[in-house]
Amino acid sequence: MSDINSQAVARYKNNFLREVEERVEDGHWVKMCMQCGVCAGSCPFGPHWEHSPQKLFMMIRAGKREEVLKTDSMWMCTSCYNCIARCPRKLPITHIMHGLANYAYRLGLSPKGQPNQVIARIFWNNAIKHGRVNELTFSLAMYFKDGIGQGIKNSLAMQGVGLGLMKAKRLNPMEILGGHTCKDKSGIAKMLTKAREIEDRRRGLA
Amino acid sequence: MADNKFAAYICSGCGIGDTLNVGAMEKIATKEGKMALVKSHAFLCNTEGVQMIRDDIANEGVTHVCIAACSRRAKTEAFNFPGIAMSRANLREGVIWVVAEGAAHDEVRQEMAEDYVRMGCAEVKKMIVPGGNVKESSSKRILVVGGGISGMTAALAAADAGYEVVIVEKAGQLGGFAKNLVKRVPFSGPYSEPQATGVEEMAAKISANPLVKVHLNSTVAETAGAPGRFKIKIAQLSDQVGGALAEELVGAIVQATGFTPYDVTKLTELGGGQANVVDQAGLEALAKSANGGAILRADGKEVKSVVFVQCAGQRGSGGNGSGQHLEYCSGHCCATSIKQAMYFKDANPEVDTVVMYSDLRVPGMGEDFYRSAQTKGVIFTKGKVNKVAGGGSCKVDFRDLILDEDTSVDADLVVLATGQVPNAGVNLDDWTAVVTLADGGDEAAKAKTVEMKRGSVLNLEYRQGPDMPQFKYGFADSHFICFPYETRRTGIYAAGPTRRPMDMLQAQEDATGAALKAIQAVENAEKGRAAHPRAWDLSFPKVRLEGCTQCKRCTVECPFGAIDEDEKRFPLFNEERCRRCGTCMGACPVRVISFENYSVDTVGSQVKAVNVPDQFEEKPRILLLACENDAYPALDMAGLQRLTYSAYVRAIPVRCLGSVNTIWITDALSAGYDGVMMMGCKKGDDYQCHFVKGSELASYRMSKIGDTLKQMGVEAERVITHEVAITDHERVAKLINDYAAQIQEIGLSPMKF
Amino acid sequence: MAKKQYAFYPGCSSQKGASASNFLTSIKVMTEKLDIQLNEIPDWNCCGASIGYAEGGELPRLVLNARNLALTEQNMPGMDMVSGCPACWLSSRETAERLQEHSSLLAETNEALKEAGLNLKSHVRARHMTEVLIEDIGYAAMKAPVVRPLDGLKIAGYVGCQTNRPFGIAGESFENPMYLDKMIETVGAEATKYDQKGTCCGGALAFSEPEKSQKQIRDIVEAAYDSGADMIVTPCQLCQANVEIYQSEINKKQGTQFKMPVVYYTQLMSIAYGGSAADAGLNGQLIKAEKLEKIAGK
Repeated sequence: MSDINSQAVARYKNNFLREVEERVEDGHWVKMCMQCGVCAGSCPFGPHWEHSPQKLFMMIRAGKREEVLKTDSMWMCTSCYNCIARCPRKLPITHIMHGLANYAYRLGLSPKGQPNQVIARIFWNNAIKHGRVNELTFSLAMYFKDGIGQGIKNSLAMQGVGLGLMKAKRLNPMEILGGHTCKDKSGIAKMLTKAREIEDRRRGLA
Repeated sequence: MADNKFAAYICSGCGIGDTLNVGAMEKIATKEGKMALVKSHAFLCNTEGVQMIRDDIANEGVTHVCIAACSRRAKTEAFNFPGIAMSRANLREGVIWVVAEGAAHDEVRQEMAEDYVRMGCAEVKKMIVPGGNVKESSSKRILVVGGGISGMTAALAAADAGYEVVIVEKAGQLGGFAKNLVKRVPFSGPYSEPQATGVEEMAAKISANPLVKVHLNSTVAETAGAPGRFKIKIAQLSDQVGGALAEELVGAIVQATGFTPYDVTKLTELGGGQANVVDQAGLEALAKSANGGAILRADGKEVKSVVFVQCAGQRGSGGNGSGQHLEYCSGHCCATSIKQAMYFKDANPEVDTVVMYSDLRVPGMGEDFYRSAQTKGVIFTKGKVNKVAGGGSCKVDFRDLILDEDTSVDADLVVLATGQVPNAGVNLDDWTAVVTLADGGDEAAKAKTVEMKRGSVLNLEYRQGPDMPQFKYGFADSHFICFPYETRRTGIYAAGPTRRPMDMLQAQEDATGAALKAIQAVENAEKGRAAHPRAWDLSFPKVRLEGCTQCKRCTVECPFGAIDEDEKRFPLFNEERCRRCGTCMGACPVRVISFENYSVDTVGSQVKAVNVPDQFEEKPRILLLACENDAYPALDMAGLQRLTYSAYVRAIPVRCLGSVNTIWITDALSAGYDGVMMMGCKKGDDYQCHFVKGSELASYRMSKIGDTLKQMGVEAERVITHEVAITDHERVAKLINDYAAQIQEIGLSPMKF
Repeated sequence: MAKKQYAFYPGCSSQKGASASNFLTSIKVMTEKLDIQLNEIPDWNCCGASIGYAEGGELPRLVLNARNLALTEQNMPGMDMVSGCPACWLSSRETAERLQEHSSLLAETNEALKEAGLNLKSHVRARHMTEVLIEDIGYAAMKAPVVRPLDGLKIAGYVGCQTNRPFGIAGESFENPMYLDKMIETVGAEATKYDQKGTCCGGALAFSEPEKSQKQIRDIVEAAYDSGADMIVTPCQLCQANVEIYQSEINKKQGTQFKMPVVYYTQLMSIAYGGSAADAGLNGQLIKAEKLEKIAGK
């Protein structure tokens, strides 16, 4: 168990709902769910969620901390915002799902190597490195996330598409050398470090 | 009848004159209809046309008018001649709009129109203008039985409208169930916090109101009479047993006797009767003694966690799917539990409050209240409770319906949300069974009737029994689909949870409605008019007692208990209780009951007036008896929509299928009609009959007509009955066409030959 | 008439050599004809998109977007920020609204922004390009420059997710938005009855969950064929890329014969307004929009 996780367990004892309310983005909305299930029925990846948002909310109320934080369910979110648009109680479900995923990830409880978690991490790191996303290095990083062998296989599988995009001038092989960047890279880096620091302090994760 | 003068007016407007031969109809009205005066007009309902009729009434002494124009449901304001008997031949909606266009149909269309003229003339000749039944002394006071929220609301509403009110309340003070509540579910915006019950203010208003008289510690010992003249005897509950009864004369009654919470000790599987397992009333008591502070259990321990079990012993669940206890949902309990959970949260936000529900039902603005409770941190768990163990530490075993697992939760206190059991007095079915035994000389049954009457609310001196009929699950009577405040006891209206399960706000609305119905009843009674749904009707049953065989069918079948028996066992009509449906007329085997403007003869003569072609013409005739409440409007609407149906049908509106006397059917078949159709309202538990039992009785009577048909040598298919709704305009046209086709198939009536 | 001025937030995918570079090409032609001037926000950064949540968390995401808003406020005072990319727009608008609503979050954001020498008052309105077209220009003015109506073209208007939810276009329904159909008709083409308007293409998960996403994409393409469409049109860069790129994959794996062109609405307008195929960036299509090219060649 990571330190911050054991601290959280000690702090909230059996009150997981309160932990979520205080530490998860938009977590204070969880208690407002009325269990209608519209979110579950609206999700494009619904069948692939081990626990639908509706269920996750119920599990949080029932104090099922480990099960909630260790599931890969909320990592299935495509950010289509159907659940938000349709929730009769106006819960920002997409954000709560992102918040739960982020919290589980920060505590070190989220499933390791979950592909969507990997892409989320790679995307963010790619974006903040230069201030802008480098689609080539992002794609390559994605292909190689499971090691070099698998990466070559993945690249070859998508080779046709890649060449097509290059021909259409929609993928620039020169991007490997750096590509588009922001001028104030250091400012961006400092600002984001600070933001993380403030948020961790507020959430008790410092 | 020397002074009667009959006139027929035929309108040629709205396309009637273009489609039909008006001259031929005029001739028929004169020669066959024997009308003294026959006129046609190009636009009868306009000022000039109406004036023409008025002039004839004033100058020519016309007393009876047949209007051959549109449906009797159209132009009622134009064709309104007070003191004049009037029939309407429906040439527009009933003929030109529904018979197929084209020359091929000219002949049958004209025949249909001519028959309606014959029928209109025949009907009006049998009609008498009702004289009315104005009472010299009619009470306009209103009795309210029950002084709870419903009763107080009804009393204040009636008093505010200027009517004197008498309240009879069993307890020593007003307020009923509500006076024991700490607060009530919110009834005004923002619907987020419990609100004060307002019981004291209402009681104070009542004692300050000079129009309202209150009998406390009292019950109704006897109710005799009818609307406008109910004689009420009031008994004091206290030590004055055998003492003098107070008497009050009232014109109408509101029964607002409320409910009793379901006996929680019967819910053994949910811990009912065990320590620290209470019902919602019990929780109110605990909260009341806490007085805004921490809520303590009976053993003095502060409650730190509480579980509310919804639907306890309700909705056929019995909490364990056993199908025991109450079948229905009481409607208020979800919001009540939300309110009670707030008692805890408002006193101490750290108290764990869990509401265990399977379907949270919060009607009205309750959704806002629900949200407010969630904001306060009340936890709502969708689960089905299997078992509750009471005691020092309670345990609730339940199936989590979202997570699909069996689990449990501990609590200091468990509140069971039990249901409402109506205080509706004696069940008349039970009563009738016991009385039948008692009449047969059974001594035990006689004693039982006395005991049963002690549980009565109204102690009606009606031959049908001491209370209102009960509807589903023992709730007091209500025409629940169309006219919720109506009952089968004219002038007596049920309001609040005695009528159906409801919350306080609904009970108050209900009580206001019942008070208005009571006001209508006293006003109609004074003017000698019927009550809903024929509130304008001044006719009432006329009986030739010399022909009566004392068969009692009318007294038994009257849906409204309007008919008692006199000392000689003849029917005794209480016309103020009568709704003018004619069910008694339909029931009477010797046909001695009729209304002045609607009688065995007014309909019978129409049946006979139709020109039935002989077998060689091969034109069948179908008699259609259509209920005026739903079926006849549906037929009119079929016309409005220009749907076509067979020109062989002849429709006669009837007040209710219950008023259909079988003589009309046998007369029609004897006269060579090839089929008789009846269209009335839905019967059964979810009936839509405006007179509650009329369509059911008609259906019962028709089920017995087979023997008669057999004797006549007529096939059973020649008489059929359909249930139709007012929206069924497409269906009625289809039913007629299908039946016409069926008649073609089985051939013309053997009676023609 | 003076040109309408906006602070322009192109977004990463629209940059030169990136997956939606042809979008940027066509947007230039379109805005020129509609008297819109787009002023690129100096040194703008990535919005983080919705997928960035795992590493990003809440405040860093807000701060990242706040930087663009602050740069707009500082360099282009009074201008609305407009983006052609739904993800950029969504992140910016969500940030702007949250910070306007919660002063404590705004304070925290400014504490972080200070590290980059910036400050945000949070007055900027973040808008989507289609929003600007519909609300500021209007359908009638969008129709005015049409010199080459797209007669005979049948087009399935695929709105996708983030252009449509959670904000969408004011007055349009989430379940059946009509504005894209109206825009298609404005340039003279016919909008087919298309029942997958708002279906998710898998978004960023097209990468990490190819099987699941390709099932979505298959539905989207199939429904376009069923509606009789010659091509799909979309306002979303990720939708365009996913729905176009993966057709060949689906064909390979599932034996389908999909060859449904997927273009941007800006490309339709560029052609209708008289632009060449190159002006409209049609050379950027993996699946050639032949019928559109034919019209452009007239």
